[in-house]
Amino acid sequence: MGSSAQHTLDAQALRAEFPILASPRPGGGEVHYLDSAATSQKPQRVLDAMDAYYRETNANVHRGVYEMAAEATERFEAGRDAVARLVNHPREATVFTKNATEAINLVAWAWGIRELREGDEVLVTLMEHHSNTVPWQIVAGITGATVRFCPVTPGGELDMDAMHEMIGPRTRMVAVVHVSNTLGTINPVEEIVAMAHEAGALTMVDATQSVPHMPVDAAAIGSDFLAFTGHKMCGPTGIGVLAAAPGRLEAMEPFLGGGEMISDVTTEGSSWNDIPWKFEAGTPPIAEAVGLGEAVTFLEGIGMDTIRAHEKTTARQMLDALDEVPGLTVFGPRDVERRGASVSFSLDGVHPHDIGQFLDSKGVCVRAGHHCTKPLMRHLGVQSTARASAYLYTTTDDILALRDALIECREWFGAA
Amino acid sequence: MGGLDDLYQQLILDHYRNRRGRGRIEGASASVHEHNPVCGDECYLDILVVDGRIADIKADGDGCSISQAAASMLTEVAQGKELDDALELVEHFRLMMHGEAEPDEDLLGDAVALEGVAKYPVRVKCALLSWLALRDCIADYRETVATGG
Repeated sequence: MGSSAQHTLDAQALRAEFPILASPRPGGGEVHYLDSAATSQKPQRVLDAMDAYYRETNANVHRGVYEMAAEATERFEAGRDAVARLVNHPREATVFTKNATEAINLVAWAWGIRELREGDEVLVTLMEHHSNTVPWQIVAGITGATVRFCPVTPGGELDMDAMHEMIGPRTRMVAVVHVSNTLGTINPVEEIVAMAHEAGALTMVDATQSVPHMPVDAAAIGSDFLAFTGHKMCGPTGIGVLAAAPGRLEAMEPFLGGGEMISDVTTEGSSWNDIPWKFEAGTPPIAEAVGLGEAVTFLEGIGMDTIRAHEKTTARQMLDALDEVPGLTVFGPRDVERRGASVSFSLDGVHPHDIGQFLDSKGVCVRAGHHCTKPLMRHLGVQSTARASAYLYTTTDDILALRDALIECREWFGAA
Repeated sequence: MGGLDDLYQQLILDHYRNRRGRGRIEGASASVHEHNPVCGDECYLDILVVDGRIADIKADGDGCSISQAAASMLTEVAQGKELDDALELVEHFRLMMHGEAEPDEDLLGDAVALEGVAKYPVRVKCALLSWLALRDCIADYRETVATGG
């Protein structure tokens, strides 16, 4: 398959490659999995790649001189090559972490603790996931720096005028989400990175919800740090990625200490390994890197442009379908050019938990809660929302099942 | 949809749509504010204690049908109870929610309808929110009395 945007994707056919989606749910009927913003399903070839690694060449990486160890190292590092290639980033500056949260914590601790001072500011936004807020709050608490929040417009987009005003000489770090996991909003990260750099601040882009769903070019974004996670892009849990500007990584002290990350250890002290291994203490997630590499190859085979085009169509279908449900309010942008296919909503008179439970009885899996974005929830004036989120395997059938179940849900709870 | 009917019995939906004991008590003997970190739901619980009994109890806040119905049922069944009896009631309810006690309908009143929630681990917290708030509220009250506050 090519990667031209004109190429359309056959979601129904793709479902056959995902064991969970291809088999009926317990009690019969199809699974309408609309929680891919939480985690994606895994294609058989990713499971096979991980299984083959354990069966054929399980050995620890980077140390053994025997052939199996060399093969394990090769497959592990091939995973790094794949993710680096996907986001157009140098492999040596592509660090494997446990997840995106750890990638952000790595920067908060390895850079923030040493560099931030009282009076310094870290600018985040009201639509950040807790993973791009809490690490900065912790580090600010230790260093005396301040965390400020860029507001969100009523339309669910970043207030760029406020962003302009808030980035100033005290700003040391601007940490911003590329695509909001709650609102679906696509933020103008290139513009924000340029603004931050002009003010002499560093930048952290949380690309957790963008890398799985659209072409992301780390070089074009130009941020100092970019974080994402494997399990939302058809890969396994337990592996995330920090793509950092190589110079930044060279200059930073390590985050975690231990095996693998050292060059030499004496009783007097230690020196550090080259990047990226300097930031990969201990035995890394080897099978996970192999699985993630396979997931990247799978996504590239379909084409990130093609996936994005499918999700624009799906987002449009979802917004239209939700409009047919009486008493339903969508949060976030309406324009599919400015949003991903993750849609939060509320239903008059029915609590999101009850929506989630009712929909489950119809085989429709959605998330209900604060989506780890409590400051945003407070800003929206709600305690929680329901959220439906799509991926490359989401079909029109899934969307219609969502719509029909929501209409029935409202009647069932007597809110109609 | 047997499972769903099991969870959402009519009695629960009735308490959800027509909340009993909702609001705050001015001059309450003790008040607590609890929240469910999973969904952000909040519960304010106030009690008025007269002669060692719960003379008035009110619950406020927002939440799902299970948490709201559970709060509504709690205010009905705890009303007028001696504090130790109220604690025993809460403990019995807690055990039922964890599947560790056969429900005693005489003790629980309408709250016996929440038995089915025990099969949904994620929702057990919703049902327990206000009930455990009462336990904390009584503890707070006793501590205040003991310290002469």
